[in-house]
Parts: sequence; C-alpha cells; structure tokens
Amino acid sequence: MNTFAVNYGNLFSITIPETILEVVSLLVLVVDLGFLRKSTQPARMTAACVLGVIGSVLAGLWLLTHSGTASFAGDALVLNSLVAAAQIGILLLTALVLLLSFQAEFSRNPGEYVAIVLLATTGMMLVAAARDLLVIFVALELLSLSLYVLAAFAKSSALSSEAALKYYLFGGMSAALMLFGFSYLYGLTGTTNLNGIAVSLASQGLSPLVVVAMVLVAAGLGFKVAAVPFHLWAPDTYQGAPAPVAALIASGSKVASFAVLVAVTGSLIPAASASRGATWIVLLVWMAGASILLGNLAALAQTSVRRLLAYSAIAHAGYMLLGIAANTPQSGAAVFYYALTYALTTVGAFGVIAVVERNMGSDRFDAFAGLSRRNPLLAASMLIFLLSLAGIPPLVGFWAKFNLFAAVLRAPGVGAWGLGMVIFALAASAVSLYYYLQVLKRVYVVPAMTDEPMAVSALEQLVLLVIALLVALLGIFPSALSGWIPLG
Amino acid sequence: MTHVLSILTAIPAIGAVIALLAGNRSTTARAVAFVAGAVSLLVTLWVWFSLAPNGVMSFVERADWVPGLGIEYHLGVDGLGALMLVLSAIVSVMAIAASRKVAQQPGVYFALILLLESGLFGTFTALNFFHWFLFWELSLIPAFFLIKLWGGEGRGKAATQFFVYTMVGSVTLLLAFLALYLATGSMDFETLTAMAASGQLVPAVQAHLGPVSLVLALGVLLGFAVKVPLMPFHTWLPATYSKAPSPVTMLLTGAMSKMGVYGLLRLALPIFGAQLAEIRTPLLALATLTVVAGAWAAAVQKDLKRVFAYSSINHLGYCLLALFAVALPASASPSVLTQTAALDGVILQMFNHGITAAAIFWFLTMIEERSGGVLGLNDFGGLRKLAPVFCGLMGIALFSSLGLPGLNGFVSEFLIFRGVFPLSWLSATIAVLGLLITAAVILTVIQRVFTGPVNPRWQAFADLSTGERVAVAPILILMAVLGLYPQVVLGTVNATVTHLLAGWRF
Amino acid sequence: MLAYTIYLSFAGALILALFPKALQSSARVFALLVALAGLAIALIGFIQAGSSGTVIVADAVWVPALGIRYTLTADGISRVLVLLTGIAAVAGILFSWNIGEKEGDRANEFFAFFLALIGGVYGVFLAADLFLFFVFYEIAIVPKYFLIAIWGSTRREYGAMKLALYSFAGSAMVLIGLLAAYTVSGSHTMNLQAMAQYSFPIHFQMWAFPLIFVGFAILAGMWPFHTWAPTGHVAAPTAASMLLAGVVMKLGAYGCLRVAMTVFPHGLDPWGFSILGLTSWRMVFALLAAIGIVYGAAVALVQNDFKFVIGYSSVSHMGLVLLGLMTLTQIGLDGAVLQMFSHGILAGLLFATVGRIVYERTHTRDLGVLSRLHLGKTMPFAAVLFVIAGMASMGLPGFSGFIAEVQVLIGAWRAFPWFAAVAGVGIVVGVAYTWRAMQRAFFSEATVSTASSGTAHEEHEPYAPVTWAEKAGVALLVGTSLIIGIFPRVLLDVITPAVHALPELLVKGGRL
Repeated sequence: MNTFAVNYGNLFSITIPETILEVVSLLVLVVDLGFLRKSTQPARMTAACVLGVIGSVLAGLWLLTHSGTASFAGDALVLNSLVAAAQIGILLLTALVLLLSFQAEFSRNPGEYVAIVLLATTGMMLVAAARDLLVIFVALELLSLSLYVLAAFAKSSALSSEAALKYYLFGGMSAALMLFGFSYLYGLTGTTNLNGIAVSLASQGLSPLVVVAMVLVAAGLGFKVAAVPFHLWAPDTYQGAPAPVAALIASGSKVASFAVLVAVTGSLIPAASASRGATWIVLLVWMAGASILLGNLAALAQTSVRRLLAYSAIAHAGYMLLGIAANTPQSGAAVFYYALTYALTTVGAFGVIAVVERNMGSDRFDAFAGLSRRNPLLAASMLIFLLSLAGIPPLVGFWAKFNLFAAVLRAPGVGAWGLGMVIFALAASAVSLYYYLQVLKRVYVVPAMTDEPMAVSALEQLVLLVIALLVALLGIFPSALSGWIPLG
Repeated sequence: MTHVLSILTAIPAIGAVIALLAGNRSTTARAVAFVAGAVSLLVTLWVWFSLAPNGVMSFVERADWVPGLGIEYHLGVDGLGALMLVLSAIVSVMAIAASRKVAQQPGVYFALILLLESGLFGTFTALNFFHWFLFWELSLIPAFFLIKLWGGEGRGKAATQFFVYTMVGSVTLLLAFLALYLATGSMDFETLTAMAASGQLVPAVQAHLGPVSLVLALGVLLGFAVKVPLMPFHTWLPATYSKAPSPVTMLLTGAMSKMGVYGLLRLALPIFGAQLAEIRTPLLALATLTVVAGAWAAAVQKDLKRVFAYSSINHLGYCLLALFAVALPASASPSVLTQTAALDGVILQMFNHGITAAAIFWFLTMIEERSGGVLGLNDFGGLRKLAPVFCGLMGIALFSSLGLPGLNGFVSEFLIFRGVFPLSWLSATIAVLGLLITAAVILTVIQRVFTGPVNPRWQAFADLSTGERVAVAPILILMAVLGLYPQVVLGTVNATVTHLLAGWRF
Repeated sequence: MLAYTIYLSFAGALILALFPKALQSSARVFALLVALAGLAIALIGFIQAGSSGTVIVADAVWVPALGIRYTLTADGISRVLVLLTGIAAVAGILFSWNIGEKEGDRANEFFAFFLALIGGVYGVFLAADLFLFFVFYEIAIVPKYFLIAIWGSTRREYGAMKLALYSFAGSAMVLIGLLAAYTVSGSHTMNLQAMAQYSFPIHFQMWAFPLIFVGFAILAGMWPFHTWAPTGHVAAPTAASMLLAGVVMKLGAYGCLRVAMTVFPHGLDPWGFSILGLTSWRMVFALLAAIGIVYGAAVALVQNDFKFVIGYSSVSHMGLVLLGLMTLTQIGLDGAVLQMFSHGILAGLLFATVGRIVYERTHTRDLGVLSRLHLGKTMPFAAVLFVIAGMASMGLPGFSGFIAEVQVLIGAWRAFPWFAAVAGVGIVVGVAYTWRAMQRAFFSEATVSTASSGTAHEEHEPYAPVTWAEKAGVALLVGTSLIIGIFPRVLLDVITPAVHALPELLVKGGRL
C-alpha cells in the first residue's frame, strides 16, 4: 500500500468548486424545504433553479480565475488546464440544463431535483479530475447514483421509472464489473494510482489477468459512454427520463466519462509495451466500430426524436472512442473538444424536445411537424443543433469531427486501423445526415397539424438561442476555445 | 465604309428585331421587312459596283475573334460573293413582296425571313470557317420554322426532313473542318486554300490524322451535295419546296440552294480540289444523273410546285456538272480558257436560276392566291384568255427557265456547255438530254395551264393588278437585260474566276 | 471587393430569415436587390480581371492551430464562375417572382435559403484555403435540400434527400482525402497554392486523387454517380433547378480542377500497368465522362417528362466539362471552364422555360400531354424561347455552347481521340433529344383526343400572359448566351491566362 502525505489544505484548494456546489445543493434544500414550502410549484422550481445556476456560475468563475496546475495526494486528483476546461464545460452544461428546467413540471420536489443535479455535477467534476482508481470509482458512483434518482424523478410516469430501472440495473452491473477490473489492476500492480499502474504495467509482461482486467474496465467505462455493446440502457433512458435529466445524462455525464476514459487509457498503454497497448486499443477500436455502425443504423429506423438522439449518441461515442484509441495528447484534447461541443449541442436539442413535448405531449416525428411555422426561432435552433451533430460546416460539430479525425490520423501508432476507421466513420456520418434530415424535414417541410404558435417561455427561448449562437459562433471561430483546449 | 459587310449583315437582323416588336400587325411588319430588304438591296448593289476590278477580295475586314482557336472575324467579297449578295437581296425583297397574306403571327414570320437574309449575307461574306458555319446554320433555322409553322398540309414532316438532311450535311462539314483545324491550326479559307495549292495540306492531314484527306473531302462534299442538291441526296427537296409557303420556297430555291454551290466554289474546290479530282468520274456521273433525272422527274409531276422543284434540281445540276468537270488534275493539262468559261457559266447560272426560279414561284404564289391553293398541272387551262397579262409575264419567266436565247438562262447554260464539252464530252452529251426534257416540261406546263379550253372553275381568275405588274416588272426586265447584255455581270465574274483559278490546284 | 458577394448573400439570407411574415410579398424585392448587388460586384470583379492573375481578396487568420486561414483569392476562372453565379442568382429570383403572391408561400424562407445557397457558391469559387473551400462547399448542401423538399414538385422529398445524401457522401470522400493530405503534408497550411507546391508521395497521390476527384465529380454529375441529378432537378422548384444545374454542378467540376487536379497532379500519371486498356486515372475519368456524355443524351432521348429531358441533358453537358478537364491541355481546360459558364446559363434558361413558363401555365410536363396543346401557337413566347435555348444547348454556332464544345473536343482529340469520337456521338444525340422535345412540346400536330381532353387545357382558354419578371430573366440569360456566343473573347481573354497560370504539372498535357 502506498502512503501519501495527505495535505487537506491542498485538497480543499483543489476542490473548492465542488465544495461550492455541495454547499449550494444543501442551501437549495434548506431554502426550498425551509422557506418556500407554502409557495407555488413554479416559484419553488424557479428559486431552486436560480440558486443552482448561481452555484454553477460561482464554481465556474472560481475555476476561471484560478487557473494553474495542482495535484492532490500523489495525483489522486489533478487540476490542469484540460481538467479545468472539462469542469468549466460541465458547470456550463449544468447551468444550461437548470435554466431549461424552469418550466419543468415533472416533479413536485424542485429542491431535491436541483440538489441532486448539483450532486451529480459534483460527481462529474470529480470524475474529470480523478487519477486514482478508487477516487474514480467513488466519483463515478456519486454521479451514477444521482443520475439513477434523477432518471426516475417523474414519479407519475411509467416510462421514467422504467428508464431509471434499466439505467440502474445496467449501471449497477457495469459498476460491479469495473470494480472487479479495478481490483485485478490493483492486484497486479499494487497501486490504485494511474501513474503508478502505468509504471508497474510497463515492467511486466502481458498476462491473461491483465487482459481480463482491461475487458472489465472497458465494460464499466463503456457503459458510461454508452458504447456498444454496453449501450442497451441508452435508448430507453433517453426516452423515458425527464428531458432535462436526459440532457444531463447525454451531456455532462458524457464529458466526465470521456475525461476518465482518456486518463485510464493513458495509464493502460505504456509507451514501452506495444503488445499490451494493442489489446486495449483493439478493444477500444472494436467498441468504436460497433458503436458507429449500430448507432447510425439503428438511428435510421427511429421515429422518436429522443431515441434517435440516443442512437446518434452511441455513434458519436464511437467517433470519440477512436480518438481515445489513438492515444496521443492531441487526440485526447480533440476528444475533449468533441465531447464538450457535442454535449452543448445535445443540451440544446433536448431543450427543443422539452418544449415540443410540453406542447404536443410526444417526442415523435409527427410532433415536430410544421415547427418552423409555429415557432421559427425554435426551429432554427433545432436546425443548427442537428446540422452540427451531422457535422455540417461551419457549425462546431464539423470542426470537432475534423479535429478529432485529423488527430487520429496524425497519431503515430494508428497505421493499421487509423485510415480505415476514419473512412468508415466518415462514411457512417454521411449516413447520419439522413436521419437528422428526417427530423428537420418534419420541422421545415411537413405541414403543421395546427397553426397555433408553439408556447415557449422567454427564458427557454433565450437559452436555446444562446446555445444555438454558441454552436454557430464556435463553428465560425473554432479557435475561440484554444485557450483551454488546443486544436490540432 | 470599311465595315460595310458587317453593316450589311446586321441590317436585316436589326430589321428582324423591329419586325418582331412590331408584333401582330401584318402591314407594319411587312413594311418593316420591306424597308430592311430594300435598304439591304441598295447596299449590295453599291458593293457590287464598288468591287475591285481584278477579282481580288474587296471590303476585307479582319480581326481576332477567338484567338485560342484560330478563329478570326474575316470578311470579304469578290465577284462571286458580291453577286450572291445581290441575288440574296433581290430574292428576299421578292419573297417579302410575295408574302401578302400571312395568316398568323406576321411579326415572327417577317422576322424569320429577315433573319434568313442575314444568314445568307453572312454565309456569302465569311472567309473563316467558324464565321461561315455560324451563318450557314443561322439561315437553316429560320427556314425550318418558316416551313414548319406557315407551310401547307404535311409541313411538319417536310420541315423535319429538310432540317435533318441539312443538319447531317452540316455535321459532316463541321467534323471535316474540325479535323482540318486539328491538322493545320487554321480555319481560314484563304490560308487553307494557299496550303492546298502549295501541297502542304495533305501532308499536314496525314501527319496529324492519318490518310483521311479523301474522307474529309467527302464529308465536306456531303454537306454541299445535300444543300444543292446532288442526286441521290435530293429526296428532301420536292416535299420541302412544295410544302413550304411559296414565298419561302422562293428563298429556298432562289438563294439558299446557291449556298451549296457557293460552298463548293469557295471551300470544296479550293481546299479539296486534289481529292475531288481523284473522284471526278463518279461525281460527274452523279451530276449528269442529277441533270437528266431531275428533268425527267419534273416531267412526270402533277403538281406545279413539284414540277418546278425538280426543275430546280435539274438547273443546279448544270452547275455541279461544270464544277466537277473543272476539277481536272494539272497532269491532264486542261485549257484554262474552258475552265474559266465553265466557272463563269456556273456563277451566272447561280444568279440566273436564282431570279428565274424565284420569279416562277412568285407567279405560282399568285395562282395559289387566286385558286385558293389549287396548283395541279391539270387543274387549269385556258388561263391565257382569262388573264393574258399574267400569262404573258409568267411566260417570260418560263422561257428564261427553258433557256431561250435572248433571256438570261441561255447565256449561263451556253457557257457551261461551252466549258464542259472539252473537259468531259461524254457527260456533256448526256446532259444535253436534260435540256431537251426541260424544254418539254416547260412547254407542257404552258400548254396545260395557259392554253386549251377554259376551265369553268376559274372563270373569276383575275388578271394581274397594276401593283403586281409593277412589282414583277423589274425582275423580268433584269432577265432580259442579262440575256441581251450579259457583260453587265460577266466582266466582273470573269475577273473573279480568273483570279480564283490561278490560286487553285487540283 | 469580390468578397462582398459572399457577405451580402449571407447577410441577405439572415435578414430574410428574420423578416416578419407579413412582409413576405416584399421578400422577393429584397432578394432581387441583394442578388443584383451581388451581380454588380461580380461584374466589376470580372471587368477588373484584366491580366491581373491571382489576386488575394481577403486574408485573415482563422484556425492557426490547424494552419487554416480565411483566404479568398480570385483568378480568371473564379471571376468567370462568380459572374455566372451572379447571373444565375438574379435570373433564379426573377423566375421565382410568383413566390410570395399567395398566403403560405413561405417566401421569406424560400429566398433566405436561396441566398444562403448563393452565398455558399460564391464562397467556393473564391476560397483559396482548402478548408474554407470545403466549408463553403458543404454550406451549399443544406439550403438545396430545403429548397427542393419544401417548394419542389414531383417526388420532392425523395429527390431532395437523394441529392443531399449524394452530396454529403461526396463531401465525405473529399473530407477523407483532405484529412489524409493534411496528415501527410504536416505542413500546417491548407492554402491551395501552398499545397500544390508540396510534393505528396506519388503512391499517396495515386489514391488520394481519385478519392477527391470522385467526391467532387459526384456533384458534377459524373456517370455513374449522376443519378441524383435528374431526380433532383425534376423535383426542384424552378429557381432551384436553375441553380442546381446552373451553378451547383459547377461546384463539383470546379472542385475537381481546383483541389483534386491541382493538389494531386501526379494522380493523373500513368499507373504503369493497364486494366482493360486503361492506364491511368486520367483515362478512367475521361472514359466515364465520355460515357456520361452519350448516356445522358441517350436517356434524355427517351424521357417523357420534359424536365427529365433537361435533367439528363445536364449530365451530358457536364460530361463535356469533365472530359475537358481530363484533357490536361490548354484548349481543353479553356473549353471546360467556358462550358461551365455556358451550361450554367443555358441550363438555367431551359429549366426556366420548362419549369416556369410552360409548367406554371399548363400544369403538366408530360411531353405526351403537351404535344396535344399546340403550345407553338398558344404560347409562342415559350416556343420561341425554347427554340433559342434548345439551339444554344445543341451547340449551334453563335451561342455560347459551340465554342466551348469545340474546344473540349479539340483538346480531347489530342489526348484521347476515341473518347472525343464518342463525345461527338453524344453531341449528335444531343441534337436529337433537343429536337424531339421541341417537336413534341411545341410543334406537334397531334390533335386533342376526346379521351384525354379532361387533362388537356381547353383549346380556347388563353394562358396567362408572360410577366415582366419572366421577360427580364429571359433577356438576361439569352443576352448573356448570345454575347458569349458572338464574342467569346469576353470570357476567353480572362479564362485563358488563368488556365495558363495553373501549375505547370497540370497543364503539361499529353502525359499518356
């Protein structure tokens, strides 16, 4: 057992943003349960969300103003510019999700909802920063448990319960597998620290146990990013969970999971030992290929926009896994860039879905018919989101894809599969345009069933427009983020 | 007046636009067309009388057009071109004058006629293939639509047949000249003629494309053989001439058929003289066939328009006969004098046949107007008694066509035979048969239509009005003048022919 | 200056997208003004061309990490095609003048998409950075889809989707090549001229060239990847067909020239072995182009939908462009660029005649039905117009198509005599199908049979008169074609130096 001189001052300084979130989440509970019990439902929701947003913004501001590199307890938690970027991104996404939750009517307990969202966010931030198997696991569980609860938050909806149950069952199982894998890794290397594992693995040969450990870890993390074959929960959960929760699962949770995946990969592929690296990379590449194929093909058959987004998320996870498999600093950064911009776009898309669902009671294609005439701004936002997901320039999704695939091709060790997989991925993304256009066809082409305008609150409209503008402007000025996430 | 030829070509085109804008008022459109035609005629006459006396190109305009392709804007006329300009202008004015009743869309009708005239002017002045071909096609399209939209029963098929035949000829022409361009890098008639004369052309073609000079010559020949026509490429002609509105037939036979002969004189003989000389015998056979069979076919027709359609084939057959007879290799040491006579005859015959045939079809138009469209050879009789002036004047035109001495037709046919006999006595002898049959045909027409018992159906057949008499008089006077004093034209033509022959090599 | 063509169009699109619905009847006026301004700039840019060579229009840092700059340049080829775009845009709006007259026309959106498409097209023709090029290229895809899917006719959703997917698949191929080139060169520049200087390994060029070439050629309608073109053209509303055939197909051909051939010139080299007598990609693509010329023409010959005739004729005409490119000779490339311009104008004119002037009045495009309507008499304007457009499209001298076709054929003759012969056959068939369509649609003598009188127009009901907008559009397009036909030097004097200035490797010619 390694021992570290635990410096609690250091720990505190690293985790101030998380601490802020924790405090705010408690505050939300206190305010909601203590002072607002007599208030109306919307007022309580508004208050809780406002507090949540303030908490996220505060945490984000702290991160913005305290850039630098720090680590805690032998790199159990690290803070560097990439982690900070991921955390700021997660906080931004949380804030957006909360802003879009003002009108949500699925819960009678707004305080609890916002508090748990903030807890989940804490989990995401820790996941992004963790570099120790135990911390990773604990943080992931904090995240997962919060999300299980959130998925079931619409207590009156059977779908929501089903979604939560499926998410929980699959999640529990994968957590168990991952923990099992972690234990093998610990047993083989005698340390839980990722750097230590890397050093130790580099000095030993490839044993079957290492392979087993890798498969198990891949299963656990594959579940979090919804990669095939651990994706089964995704469609049902995306469909059943309340829209803001689905947005959170699809966005912040993805960012955090990819962050940890990048870190784990870095430790499992020591430069010295190509053969073992190959095992892990083969796993990732297979998962990527299967995800791209299945995600895109299954999405073709969907008629529910949420399920469609779920399958498309699987496909996008596949693209990002390619970047992780390339395993260079550039490709890691490219995956971050991709995950963040993808998450931003997805939040926007779910925001539109939430509005449509509230008005039409369904997220099926028909519900979107004639949206452009019922609410042109909403339709335009959806246009931008989906086209960005399809990777049409000059939207940010295009740059993310280009940057990612360029990084994959430029990675030194990808000769065998790099070009082939990139060609495959681009071919698949050409297919993806079909299903995104299916939605946009309903929005712009198909006549509306009614002419009455789609009701949407000014705040939602504003938030969605801001997201759409971000997606578009980041596309036009893709270097805007280069301060945090370098391109190329 | 350095740009007189460009301006001349533009006048009818501008007139066409104005006529089109004048819209559907028949009299306005016709007046516009008439003015444009008359102005053009005056300009062409001025050109004719201002020609350089020694047969070289006058009024030459030359400028780069598409330098990358060696295309120049190169215009000029010699006696041949200028005479054709005058002929085109005369026939156009006649056609406009003859178009008195245009049932529908007179604006478009007269615009097309003027466009056709513009095409003729362009063709007869161009000295670069591209430019020439542009106007060659440009004249084809208005003709097609004039037949297609204003023709008689069965016009659609006739128009299509006309277009397809001529188009096929045009395509082979185009391909042949593209090939020449590939081999020589030039599309200029004078350059190509000079190359052919100095013997560089065949080696150049050989070097770039292989031994295809003869094929190219045949391609060019086909284009013109269809247009003139040379049998057996004539099958479009009778239907077209008889279905087209008569004023358009005047243009077709009077001016457009000359484009073919002109092309042979300007393009085929100078550039492909050696190749034509190689196949001179079969060509002479075909030309003789055209003369005799054309006349014979005219003899068996029952429709007056068809009679004169075939008669046109016969008359232009003489031109072809002379042209092919002239193509005698230098080794056969032909007499330049006979060659000159033959070509003089060809050029005169083009002009004479142009005005005579146009005049005959004009008279047929008048009969049509009076008979309500009936034009059968046997439908009339005794018109002489009903309309003596009409028959007298039409008789002059008919006798001109027959080749009666004292009228224009005699001079040119005499010159042709005078030239062809020494060059190819056999074909000339056979071709004399054509002369005889034609005489018989024309006399039959006169007999059936003018003399004999009066057909009661045409009791109301009106004689020529004063206006009509005034209108046709100049043409008939011209026929007589040319017949009695051909030197008006022959001097310039002879100078041109002498100059041309000096630059050719067979 | 020329850069404002792009900005104006996009700004116009944005403003129209935000236009209040109540103003939809004035959307067309606004769009026309924007398009006219674009045309004016394009025209000035064209006139300024002179012998100035390649001029940088705009240059700014864009994505420094990837070596991407926002660079716009203009040479003779760009200027000519920008001018074409300007003309097509104005004509397209003039022929869409009826959009916005009825409630529910969604005129604001229509013209917004229209201008967005135009902006993207301008961008492609001016872009000098490979990436920027690609971005503009893809921007053009989405508006196309919506223009067809919302305002189209026959099987519009199918046609629109097919077009979008073909385009996107093509651009995915281009993107692969682009990524690979970026990876291989590692030079951190995406400037087309700079990349052309970089000598990519020959074996790399050997596969990257065909990939990118085909990717672009899909949009240029190269056989056998042309199938989107007829369905797309037929489904599209008139203005969109005009743009599709007029300028969008040119994007593909332009990409082939500007990207595939310029950056990977050695991809055109001989393989060193022979498959079925083909010894290089150059021959393969020349063969496909020649097949396309004949195939498009032959299929056009048997179509019964008037628009399909025109749609397939576009495939045939674009085959000439591709054949011209593959000749790698000065004259062939000149011809290809001139043909792009010429076909852009003529395809616009044909689609306008068929889709707008005839269809909007008769509500049918079936040649069988049209043949009973005697349009030659009842709609003389359309008849005369189609005759002119058809003649020009056949490649009759005096119109713009002739010089272009001759140049391509001469170039092809020097490089591939057999393919030139095949192309010549295609041109002859072209005469035949134009002829047939003209005969059947306007000058048929078939009489109205009693059985079908239900679908046919009543004999005496006059058709709506030709509007000023239609006349103006016709005047613009016919005038342009005539001017170029009679004074081809207007364009050639700009095109020839630009072609001459292309990298030497490209124009060396005769490398077989």
